[in-house]
Amino acid sequence: MKNEMKLTVPSISANESFVRVAVAAFAARLDPTIEEINDIKTAVSEAVTNAIVHAYKNEVGKIYITVTADEDKLKISVRDRGCGIENVKKAMEPLYTTGGEERAGLGFAVMESFTDRLTVTSKKDKGTTVVMIKKIRSKYGCK
Amino acid sequence: MLIKFKKEKETLTAYLEGEIDHHTAAFARNEIDTELMGGTPAKLILDFGGVTFMDSSGIGLVMGRYKTANSINAALEVSNIPQNIYKLMKLAGLEKLAELKRKD
Ligand SMILES: Nc1ncnc2c1ncn2[C@@H]1O[C@H](COP(=O)(O)OP(=O)(O)OP(=O)(O)O)[C@@H](O)[C@H]1O
Ligand SMILES: [Mg+2]
Repeated sequence: MKNEMKLTVPSISANESFVRVAVAAFAARLDPTIEEINDIKTAVSEAVTNAIVHAYKNEVGKIYITVTADEDKLKISVRDRGCGIENVKKAMEPLYTTGGEERAGLGFAVMESFTDRLTVTSKKDKGTTVVMIKKIRSKYGCK
Repeated sequence: MLIKFKKEKETLTAYLEGEIDHHTAAFARNEIDTELMGGTPAKLILDFGGVTFMDSSGIGLVMGRYKTANSINAALEVSNIPQNIYKLMKLAGLEKLAELKRKD
């Protein structure tokens, strides 16, 4: 059975923990391992933080999160209507950051390595959509 | 996020507890830098034993503390690292900046 949830939150940093915990709770019914749950939380935290820190840099805007669960596949979409990314390919390179001293420039690299698939679409001044797919491997070898 | 400090001879240890993300990293940065600059130790240990979650904001936090420590010629060690956080630190190549010790 396909299942879906949607969340819309303002881009305030206190929502970083709320959103990753909410997505993890939704994912729980796919019976993930503790490591998979942690991967999901980390990847979601990266996407939501980027919307807060970069997309809505000097303003508060809305972040739209949609998660669908279909059999063993979790699809997580994080969308903003912020400043957008001019060069997505460059932005996704490890260590690339416009965030200054305290940012590592590794958010996209983490999303890529902690999920099975990452797609980023963006348009300058329109916003950015990050879609991640995470396959939940069964703990018991079959389901 | 909670941080406790211990000073022993030339070593300053910061015990981090809770979740490190963008929301909590600024607090951690200020606490650690204030303590570090106040005592100018030869070694800074960041103890991650009580850290339950971390994302790339935590990588930035460690990289930044490496820079502060380096500016006063102090070495950096990150200890008691939980397995999932160790995975992230290795991905970031933090072993080039600090001695990384896993939680057993
Ligand atoms: N939603 C977004 N809107 C606008 N720009 C973005 C968005 N997400 C990422 N970017 C741009 O892409 C760059 C790389 O993002 P990435 O998450 O990899 O690193 P970072 O956020 O700079 O640092 P870190 O995630 O390690 O703290 C950012 O510095 C920013 O310029
Ligand atoms: Mg980021």
